[in-house]
Amino acid sequence: MVSNLLSFWIAHRAELSGLLGQHVLLVVVATVVAAAIGVPLGIFAARRPRLASPLMAIASIVQTVPSLAMFGFLLPVPLVGGVGARAALVVLILYGVLPIVRTTIAGLRGIDGSIREAGVAMGMTPRELLQQVELPLALPSIVAGVRVAAVVGVGSATIAAAIGAGGLGEYIYRGLSMVDTTVILAGAIPAAALALVVDGALLWLERQLSARRRSRRRWPAIAAAVGFSAVALVSSSIAARRAGGAIVVGSKNFTEQIILGELLAQTIEQEAGLPVDRRLNLGGTIICDRALLTGDIDVYVEYTGTALTAVFHQPISTDPRAVFDTVRELYGRTGRTLLPPLGFNNTFAILVRGADARSRGLRTIDDAARESSHWRAGFGYEFVGRPDGYPGLTSTYGFRFPDPPRVMDLTLSYRALASGQVDMIAGDATAGLIKGLDLVQLEDNRRYFPPYDAAAVARAETLLRYPRLRTALERLSGGISAADMRAMNYAVDVEHRDVTEIARDFVGRKR
Amino acid sequence: MLGLVGRSGAGKTTLLKLVNRLLLPAAGSVLVEGRDTREWEPIALRRRVGYVLQDVGLFPHMTIADNVAVVPRLAGWPADRTASRVAELLDLVGLPPRQFATRWPDELSGGQRQRVGVARALAVDPPVLLMDEPFGALDPLTRAELHAEFRRIQERLRKTVMIVSHDMGEAFALADRVGVIDEGRLVACDRPHALARSDEPLVRQLLDALPVVPRA
Repeated sequence: MVSNLLSFWIAHRAELSGLLGQHVLLVVVATVVAAAIGVPLGIFAARRPRLASPLMAIASIVQTVPSLAMFGFLLPVPLVGGVGARAALVVLILYGVLPIVRTTIAGLRGIDGSIREAGVAMGMTPRELLQQVELPLALPSIVAGVRVAAVVGVGSATIAAAIGAGGLGEYIYRGLSMVDTTVILAGAIPAAALALVVDGALLWLERQLSARRRSRRRWPAIAAAVGFSAVALVSSSIAARRAGGAIVVGSKNFTEQIILGELLAQTIEQEAGLPVDRRLNLGGTIICDRALLTGDIDVYVEYTGTALTAVFHQPISTDPRAVFDTVRELYGRTGRTLLPPLGFNNTFAILVRGADARSRGLRTIDDAARESSHWRAGFGYEFVGRPDGYPGLTSTYGFRFPDPPRVMDLTLSYRALASGQVDMIAGDATAGLIKGLDLVQLEDNRRYFPPYDAAAVARAETLLRYPRLRTALERLSGGISAADMRAMNYAVDVEHRDVTEIARDFVGRKR
Repeated sequence: MLGLVGRSGAGKTTLLKLVNRLLLPAAGSVLVEGRDTREWEPIALRRRVGYVLQDVGLFPHMTIADNVAVVPRLAGWPADRTASRVAELLDLVGLPPRQFATRWPDELSGGQRQRVGVARALAVDPPVLLMDEPFGALDPLTRAELHAEFRRIQERLRKTVMIVSHDMGEAFALADRVGVIDEGRLVACDRPHALARSDEPLVRQLLDALPVVPRA
């Protein structure tokens, strides 16, 4: 385990340091901005007690919103929303403001009244009192709040990977989708270590400040901190600008999508000669769709059935041609172009353990429905909510589970099935884990599931601007069979091979 | 030098705060150097009126020298003038700067902190000095020492001083005139030896409360 982890880190050391850098940058910038907002807000609130309690209430409510939900809320918001580091920063800043406001108020209110009165009586203006007396005395308390904000930020920043902001969360998400504990730990351990380091460093600063001899010696430390954050801000804005002219390729957060995103990216780079910015591993369908709509990404791979129901809320149809035409028409009306299908149909696959299938002779979903009264089912979040998912499945096949299905992360459900925690899941037909974990796909004998033909969908505006982009993307059409896709998924999920390398092999073979 | 004596809650501190405009009168007016405090710009007024607080109120995040230098710095004095003034004042209140300048308020005894409070109030040589029970929480010996020292300082500086005390003995020891306050009203105001013969009941009570050395 430990040696696996070490060899993973050594093999990916450049990527690891890059992700760590992104992580630190996110936290530093977010914490500095949160302090720049939180300290003045705290000063303001400390002087107006009537304002303080509603302000704290609002800040507390913001704090309780789960960060993934917060990313969801912010997606459609102009300027601050969308996908990428900017939206992640906004969320981290919102979380950071509360502890800083709270400790600023506490620090200012904790000052002995006679000390403040002495300042006033000596003829200090309110500003002089604040600068020379109140802030220096409240500083240790304020730094304590900054410390809390920074440590919370290190944790929340791992979730920012869900919207393509990078950071150590990339490994955690990648590990989850590959069902590979080593990769999860490769991200989780440095993140935890970073949290401890940040906590320790700021605790040290806090102690220095509350120690008696501090009057002048603290200025170099603060100057260094300000200088460091200025460097961080400048470098982040440079990083943001560098990505400006590139084609942005997105993908959802599971293995196949990441492989397809990488395939699109390499094809665009090689065939069209255009620079590519990869925003792979974005949340789910809705996040990718909104990102495409707002122009945060230029292209990603969608499945026709998913687009029809989840994006456009249209009734289900089982005719692949009709579904493709409808979806292309609907995309066209919203400024997006659906390119010809890539060549495979990733429909939902109702999966059971191979051992069960063999011992009970399970072949079709009807066979499973008969067994369902003593089974437990586990489904991904998306499958439970979609009209072409669980609700229709039960009415078509008459499932009768004793308990409601357990809702879990899609990629975790494969492992949950293999380890016997559930008896039936809805996976993807092209999942490499089907082979890797000895699972069996049951036949959809009542033709319930609509077609899910994979096809790239791009912003029409981007295609018009770069005609070579369309040519490059069309070269992929019809070129990826279901067998190709399952093999690539297997290579990543089970053999733990590198996505970039697999995509490179595939693109090389097809040329 | 005016002493103000009265029970706790009689309004002595309130009276001082009216002078440096920490408070404004609800009725009537307070004149400082012939001008109504309402007409004074509060910051300018407070820099002409030194104030020694009841509980000293030294800034715990500043050294002794920095505490004394607060008002000169606010007034924009050059650094060398401030430094020599701080040294002079620390000498005046009996705290040799070589030994005390770089120390911190919480390293000092109560009596030493009181001296710093006096030095801080005198820093820019204000014409008026307000002292709110400056020697309140001290043991009798230290207190007597500080009284003697303060009389010596006052002989040199000749300032207008209002000193609040709940102790008639302290007021008699320091003040030229002593005012007795009760429930916000001045019930008597005279030279100490005249006040000692007053028939006013509260004055008599306060005088009777003075400790008498028991005879063996």
